[in-house]
Amino acid sequence: MTSKQENNTLFSAEILIAALRNAFVKLNPTLMLRNPVMFSVEIGTVLMLLVSGISFFYQDELLGEPVYNLLITFILFITVLFGNFAEAVAEARGKAQADTLRKTRQDTPAKRLTGSTKIDIVSSSLLKKGDRFVAEPGDIIPTDGQVVEGLASIDESAITGESAPVIREAGTDNDSVVGGTKVLSDRIVVEVSTEPGESFLDKMISLVEGANRQKTPNEIALTILLSSFTLVFLIVIVTLKPFADYAQTPISLAALISLFVCLIPTTIGGLLSAIGIAGMDRALRANIIAKSGKAVETAGDIDTLLLDKTGTITLGNRRATRFIPAEGIKYEDFVKFCLLSSLSDNTPEGKSIVELAEKEGIIYEKKILENAEFIKFTAETRMSGINLSDGRQIRKGAWDAIKKWSEHSNESLPFLEENTHKIAQKGGTPLALAVNHEALGVIQLEDIIKPGIQERFERLRRMGVKTVMVTGDNPLTAEFIAKQAGVDDFIAEAKPEDKMNYIKQEQNSGKLVAMMGDGTNDAPALAQADVGVAMNSGTQAAKEAANMVDLDSDPTKLLEVVEIGKQLLITRGNVTTFSIANDVAKYFAIVPALFAITIPGLNALNIMQLRPDSAILSAVIFNAIIIPLLIPLALRGTKYRPIGASALLTRNLLVYGLGGLIVPFIGIKAIDLMVSLFI
Amino acid sequence: MQTEILGILVIFLLSVLPAIWLGRYISRVFKGEKIFTDFLNPIEKMILRLAGINPNESMDWKQNLKAMLWLNLVFFVIAYLIMSLQGYQPFWNPVGLGNWEPTLAFNTASSFTTNTNLQHYSGETGASYFTQLLCFCWLQFVSAATGIAACALLFEGLTNRRATKLGNFYVLFLKSNTRILLPLSIIIAVALLLNGMPANFEGLQEITTLEGKSIQVAGGPVAPMVAIKQLGTNGGGYFGPNSTHPFENPNYLSNILENISILLIPIALVFAFGYYLNRKRLAWVFFGVMTVLFVSFVAVSAASEFVGNPHLDKLGIAQNQYNMEGKEMRFGIAASSMWGVSTTSTSNGSVNSMHDSHTAISGGIFLLDMFINAIYGGVGVGFINFFVFVIIAVFIAGLMVGRTPEFLGKKIEPKEIKIAALVVILHPLLILAGTALSTYMIVQNPDYGWLANPSFHGFSEMLYEFTSASANNGSGFEGLGDNTPFWNVSTGIVMLLGRFIPIIGPLAIVGSLAAKQPVPETSGSLKPDTLAFATVLISVILIVAALAFFPALALGPLAEYFSI
Repeated sequence: MTSKQENNTLFSAEILIAALRNAFVKLNPTLMLRNPVMFSVEIGTVLMLLVSGISFFYQDELLGEPVYNLLITFILFITVLFGNFAEAVAEARGKAQADTLRKTRQDTPAKRLTGSTKIDIVSSSLLKKGDRFVAEPGDIIPTDGQVVEGLASIDESAITGESAPVIREAGTDNDSVVGGTKVLSDRIVVEVSTEPGESFLDKMISLVEGANRQKTPNEIALTILLSSFTLVFLIVIVTLKPFADYAQTPISLAALISLFVCLIPTTIGGLLSAIGIAGMDRALRANIIAKSGKAVETAGDIDTLLLDKTGTITLGNRRATRFIPAEGIKYEDFVKFCLLSSLSDNTPEGKSIVELAEKEGIIYEKKILENAEFIKFTAETRMSGINLSDGRQIRKGAWDAIKKWSEHSNESLPFLEENTHKIAQKGGTPLALAVNHEALGVIQLEDIIKPGIQERFERLRRMGVKTVMVTGDNPLTAEFIAKQAGVDDFIAEAKPEDKMNYIKQEQNSGKLVAMMGDGTNDAPALAQADVGVAMNSGTQAAKEAANMVDLDSDPTKLLEVVEIGKQLLITRGNVTTFSIANDVAKYFAIVPALFAITIPGLNALNIMQLRPDSAILSAVIFNAIIIPLLIPLALRGTKYRPIGASALLTRNLLVYGLGGLIVPFIGIKAIDLMVSLFI
Repeated sequence: MQTEILGILVIFLLSVLPAIWLGRYISRVFKGEKIFTDFLNPIEKMILRLAGINPNESMDWKQNLKAMLWLNLVFFVIAYLIMSLQGYQPFWNPVGLGNWEPTLAFNTASSFTTNTNLQHYSGETGASYFTQLLCFCWLQFVSAATGIAACALLFEGLTNRRATKLGNFYVLFLKSNTRILLPLSIIIAVALLLNGMPANFEGLQEITTLEGKSIQVAGGPVAPMVAIKQLGTNGGGYFGPNSTHPFENPNYLSNILENISILLIPIALVFAFGYYLNRKRLAWVFFGVMTVLFVSFVAVSAASEFVGNPHLDKLGIAQNQYNMEGKEMRFGIAASSMWGVSTTSTSNGSVNSMHDSHTAISGGIFLLDMFINAIYGGVGVGFINFFVFVIIAVFIAGLMVGRTPEFLGKKIEPKEIKIAALVVILHPLLILAGTALSTYMIVQNPDYGWLANPSFHGFSEMLYEFTSASANNGSGFEGLGDNTPFWNVSTGIVMLLGRFIPIIGPLAIVGSLAAKQPVPETSGSLKPDTLAFATVLISVILIVAALAFFPALALGPLAEYFSI
C-alpha cells in the first residue's frame, strides 16, 4: 500500500462527515468516562458553562467577565470535540475498510442442503453453524465454512486482492472457504463454521468500533498514568485558590479551569483511542484480521519467530537447477530422458525439471510418446517414469532407489554417488535417473531462497527478534538453507509436536513466540504461541486456534505484524512524551498571566512576552488545536525504524521530547499575536 | 571564594569515594556473604533467638511489610509514652524536665519514627537525657535501619529470577544496625570528639564568661547523637539550633565530616544496588542522574548566595555582596549551600545555617530537593523513591521503543503503574493540601500569628513545613511558630503518610515484579544504562516533581526573588 493511497483515504469527505457527527454523539458522559482525561475536560466545560451563565447576572473577581467566560467555554468544548473527532475519524476509517470487505458478503442467496440431496435457496444470513450448502461454478460463497465434499478452484480476489485462483479441497489442510469469494470450477459442499455475526471479520469490525473496544493492558496502564497526572493537576489548581487568596491575588474560575485543562495531558488523552484503533486499522489494511487488540500489541513484543521454510523462506518447492550426466553420457540425451520421465510427474519438482529442460532448449518428438506407458510413483518403488513403446524404461527417483534398480551400471556409480553427496551437502536434494537399469546421471534440486528475505531477517535481528526456520528436511540441508537465508536457528525433520516443544521451551525462558500455520496439526502450536497467525487458506481448526488470520495467506506477513505492533506502542509513547513536554511552555504562559498584576515581579517568567489579557486564551487555543493537528500522526503512526532500542529512543526523544518542549513556545506566541489582533 | 568552592568539592569527593566501597560492603551484608564484620554473628544470633525469630525464614513482600509496620508501630507507641510521661521517671533527667503536651508528643513520636526529625520542641530544653538517648537516639538508629532494610528487600525483589520470597525483614533490619549504622557511628562519633564535640551527662554547667557573668551551658551526649543524626539522615539536633550550634558542629573540619556523613549512606546505597544486582553500569547511570541534579542545585544555590541581596548594597550596608545572614562565619557561603542542598535532598534535615535566611532562590532549591526527595535521598527510602521515578520513566521510554515496558527483565504492567501512580500523587497531595489548609486558616484568622514574616516569605515558611514533613526531611524554615496543635497534628499525620505509603507502594511493586517470569534482553529491549534513558529519567523527575509545584514555587520563592 503506498502512502499516497493512504493520504487519499485519511480524510475523505465521507469519513469526515461521519466522524463529525459521531464526535457529537460521543459527548455522552457515559461514553466519555472511558477516557478520564477528556472526561475531566468535559466536566470543566460544563462548569465553565455554568460560570458563564451566572456571570451574566452576578459579577465578582471569582466569576470574571461573562464574554471571556463564554469564549473559554467554547474553546474547552472544542477541545473535547477534537478528541472525540480523532477517535471518530479512526473508527470511520476502520469501518470503511471493513465495509469494503463486508460489502462482498451482503445477502447472497445460499443453496442450503436439507437432508442429503434436497436444495432450497435461502438468504445467507439464515445460515447457521453446522448447516451445509452447495456451491457451484459462478456462485458467491455465502459465508465462512469448511469444504466437506469435493474440490473447487476459487477466486478470492474480493477478499485478498490476489487474482490467481486457489484450490480448496475437502479433507486437506486447504479446506476452508471464506464468504464473499467466488467458485470458478467444480461443485463443493460446504459446512458453515460460524454463527451469523460472529465471523472473524465481524470480530475485527468490533475492534475498530470504539464503544465495545477492549483496552489492551498497555493502554490501560497508560490511561492510569495519565489519570494520575490529571489528579495531580487537579490538586494543583484546587490548592492554587487558597494560595492566591493568601497572596491577595484575585483569580477567576475561568483562569483556574483553563490552567487545569492546559496542564492535564489532553493531547495524548484526546488521541489515545484513535492511536489504538488506527493500529487495528493498519493491521486490517495489511489484510490481517486480529481477534483482539492485545494480539497486535503482543506482536510488537515478540522475541522469537517460528517460520515454515517452504513458502516463507524458500519459494514454494524445490526446483531443478542442474543436470549432471555420468561420464560418457551425452548431456542433451540425459536431459531429454529427464524431460520424458517427468512429463507425467505433476509434483512441483517434476514440473520444474520439465521447465529447466525446456529452458535449455531440449525438445522431443511427440511421436515418441505414442503407446508410451507412464509409471506412477509408489511408496514401494520410490520411483516414477515412463516406458516407451520401443521398450526403453526410464526411471527417476531417490538415489538409493535408483542405485538398487540400476543393476547393469557399474563404473559410473561412484561418480554419481559422489555427486549426490555434494548436492546434499549444499542443501540440495539429488534425484537420479536410470534407463533400462543403468544409472545415467543425477538431477540437482534446490530450494530457492526468496529474494530479499535475508534483508528482512536482518531487519528482524536489529529489532531483537530471533528467527527460527521449521522444516521437514534433514539437519544437513536445513543448516545449509538456514545459513543462506540468515535465520538464527532451525528445527530440522520437524514433526508437529517439535514446534510445540520449541515454543514451550522458548516461553519457559520468558520469551514471547509468534508462529504462522495452516494445517489442523498446527492448531495446538498456534494456540500455544503468544501470537498465532493462521492462513486464510488453512483449516478451520487452525483459524480457531490462532489469534490472527492472514487473508493473503502470506507467510512473510508475520514480519509486518511485528512492525505494526511496535509502531502502535511507539506512537503512544511519542505522543505522551510530546503532551507532557508541552506543559513547560503552558506554565510559562499562564502562571505569569495569573499573578503578574498583583505580583509584577513574576512577569519576568513571561519569557514569551505574551499580553496578560490574551496569554491564557492563547494557551487554551494551542492546547485545543494541537489535537487535530496530530490526528494524521495518530492515524498513520510514527515510522518504526529497526535501529536498536537506544538509537530509537534517542531519536524519538529528540523529535517528540525536545519538539514537545519547543513547539508550544512558538505555537502559543504565534496564536497570541493573532489573538491580539482581535482583542 | 575559590577556597570555599574547593572545600565543597572536597566534601563531595570524600563522600563518593568511600561510598563506592561502602556500597560493595552493604551489598555483601544484604546478601549474607562472608565479610570482616562476621565476628558480630554470635551477638546477632543471640538477639534473634531472644526475639524468637528464625533468621533462615524468607518471607514474601506482604509478610515483610507486616513485620516492618508492626515493629514501627511498637516504636511509635513507646516513644509517645516516654515523652508523655517524661516527668514521672527520675532517670537521667538532671534538669527535671516535665511531661510533654499530647499533640507535641504525637508530632515528635511521628517525627522520629519516620526518620523525619521535624522538631517542634527545642532539644536541650525539652528532652531529658533519657528521652534524648533512649527515645530519640534509639529511633534515629531503628528508623534509619527500617529504611535500609526496606531498600534491601527492594533490591532482592529486582533480582532477575522468579520468586516470591524477598528475605527476612528482621534480619536485614538487625544487620543494618549492627553492621552498617553502629560501626559507622562509632567512627564518626570518635572523629567528632577529637574535634572538640562534647559527650557527657553532667546537665547544665555553670560557666563564668570573659565578661565575668555566670551562664548555664547545656551539655550532654552530643557526639554520638550527632553521628547517627547525620549518618541515618535523621537530622534531629541535640540542641535547638542543630548543627549551627558550636557544640554540634565546632569547626570547619567537623562541618566537612558531618556533611560527608549526611551523603555517605544514601550514595553508598546507589552503588550497593549496582553490586547487589551486578548492574554496576546502571548504578553509575543512576548516580550520574542524581549527581547532575545535585551539583546543579548546589551551584545555583551557592551562586545565588554569593550574589546576595542587592538592596543591602544600595542601602550602603556593607555585606561584601555575599548573603551571610543566618550563616556561621566558620563555615562560609559555599559550605552552607552545600550543606543546605545535601540535607534537603537526602531527607536529612539537619542545618548548619538558617534556611529561612538564605536567598529566595536557595530556598526554592531546598524546596525542590524535597519535592524530588530522591537525589540520593534518605537512607534506603531515597533509593525507593527514586525507583518510583524509574518505573514511570521506564514505562514512557519503553513505549517509545515499541515494546511492553520492562525493567531489569520484568514487564511493567497496569498493576505496577497503578501503584506507582498512587505514590506519585501522594507527595503533591500532602504538601499542597496541607499548605492550602494552612494558608486558608491564616487568611481567615490572621491573629494565629504563626508567621514571623508576611507575604511570600510567610507562604514559603508554611510550604516548607509541609514539604519537610511529607519528604520526611525535618528541617524547618524557621520563623514559623510551629508548636501549636494544628501544626503538631497536621504535620504528624503528613509525616506518617509520607513515610509509610512510599515504602509500601514500591515494595508492592517489586513483590509483583518478583513473581513474574523474567524476560530475556534483546537488542529491541530498552537499555536503562544509556544516556537516552538517563535523559528520560531526569525529565520525568523534573516534570513530575517540579511541574506539580511550579505554581507554589511561583507564589513563594520565585515571587520573593522577582519582587526584591
